[in-house]
Amino acid sequence: MQTALRTSLPETELAGRASFAPHARVVREERQAERQVQSSGLPLSIRGLRKSFGSNEVLRGIDLHIPAGQFVAIVGKSGCGKSTLLRLIAGLDNIDAGSISFGHDTQPEDIRVMFQEPRLLPWARVLSNVEVGLGRDRASGDAHARAEKALTEVGLADKRDQWPSVLSGGQKQRVALGRALVSRPRVLAFDEPLGALDALTRISMQRLLERVWRDQGFTAILVTHDVAEAVALADRVLVIDEGRIAHDVTVSAARPRERGSAELASLEGSILSNLLSAEDRT
Amino acid sequence: MSLIDSVSAPRSFRLPRVDGLIQWIVPLAIIAIWQVASVSGFVPVRVLPAPSDVLLAGWKLLLSGELVRNIWVSFWRASIGFLIGGSIGFAFGLANGLSQLSAKLTDTTLQMVRNVPHLALIPLVILWFGIDESAKLFLVALGVFFPIYLNTLHGIRTVDPQLIEMGRIYGMTDGELFRRVIFPGALPSIFVGIRFALGIMWLTLIVAETIAASSGLGYMAMQAREFMLIDVVVLSILIYALLGKLADSASRVLERATLSWHPAFQKR
Repeated sequence: MQTALRTSLPETELAGRASFAPHARVVREERQAERQVQSSGLPLSIRGLRKSFGSNEVLRGIDLHIPAGQFVAIVGKSGCGKSTLLRLIAGLDNIDAGSISFGHDTQPEDIRVMFQEPRLLPWARVLSNVEVGLGRDRASGDAHARAEKALTEVGLADKRDQWPSVLSGGQKQRVALGRALVSRPRVLAFDEPLGALDALTRISMQRLLERVWRDQGFTAILVTHDVAEAVALADRVLVIDEGRIAHDVTVSAARPRERGSAELASLEGSILSNLLSAEDRT
Repeated sequence: MSLIDSVSAPRSFRLPRVDGLIQWIVPLAIIAIWQVASVSGFVPVRVLPAPSDVLLAGWKLLLSGELVRNIWVSFWRASIGFLIGGSIGFAFGLANGLSQLSAKLTDTTLQMVRNVPHLALIPLVILWFGIDESAKLFLVALGVFFPIYLNTLHGIRTVDPQLIEMGRIYGMTDGELFRRVIFPGALPSIFVGIRFALGIMWLTLIVAETIAASSGLGYMAMQAREFMLIDVVVLSILIYALLGKLADSASRVLERATLSWHPAFQKR
């Protein structure tokens, strides 16, 4: 009865209760466990989204629906507005016109971003860097435990007491991933997170991204310039050209996907030729 | 300066015992040569007394209690002046680094005052404060203020904006952002300011004590000059060198303790 009641309550009301209840932490933990089971990614609806910087109109009307838990990759030539779209989704920039809605009332901790640079605090140990990701829960008693769990998920539990400066580029990016994951986000936006890594590290990071996405079920939005990466990871690839969605390609290949398989390669080829023909027109 | 320091720092940290000896080889060699030159009569004692004579003079002053009293007085003036000037400089650095309004309001004025050599104010300061303690504290505080102000300001302005954006995304409040991102990011630069300030602190104090004082190391040296006690004059100069070295070492220890995250200060 109790659990039934709890699941039927809207999230916000639950959060309000949690802050008043004497066993606030217990409630929060249960809520967290619940989320994991429900794999509660958020759906995302974008209507008529526009954005300009000065006289340069970067996004010229984006309409898009992303179902909860989908892995979407956004590709396009540089300057096409794909990173701007991601920053608007993540709430880092203001919208000029149109709307982005997540279906629910969201908390800041529900939406996380991972950048091309790890952006770790060099003066904080790896574990404290992950704790930063807890947002308003940083001061809570279980912060350590949650951060350690996230660090284990990205395979760096043994580096918890290291300074970021001694880690390799791939390890830093994994810490950044752990920091993004620790608050159990429901939407995770990636802005070319693997762009600065070498080829082998990229592949292992792609596998890691896919694994945590499958474990946690968040809605993933990946901006990348690497079409092979987009095809290998995403359920759906959006090609953006001149501020609009030019193509919306569904990738139906079964997971786990085999890199370089004929199916993925032909898909990659057709997306690339789309991109290149767009290039020729300009 | 900071670049050279940070390059040389890890080496001295890795081999503390050997390096601790190596750095004293040159000063000790100079003293040895000096002693030989004095004893052999190559350098007349009236120009430069032998190190042994200087040591002897130091021993006598130590026994009379005069040396300890003067060092203590100078040390006290230096630290109080440093604390006053340093805190005001730090406060202005913070305010102007964090607030555009505050920077617009005060930075131009401070930059103008900075270009006045603070020792040029000595006549005015003597007229204002006499040769009292406050005159010396004022001059030291003024001298220390600018390096700390400038470097705190520079440190805060150059904190990586990407880290600040990251902090905001992860819901840090202004206070948290300052404590976790801005202040630690500015700290290396603040230390550069502190080390510059320590040098200026001694310089100012000695000049002030030489011109107008009734106690302290600078006064001791001037008194000795009056009575042609050249060994005491040389002794004072050597003590300045040692005190300067001490202040520098203290700031290095502090630096290593707080900047252990910095690649330049890591053990291996």
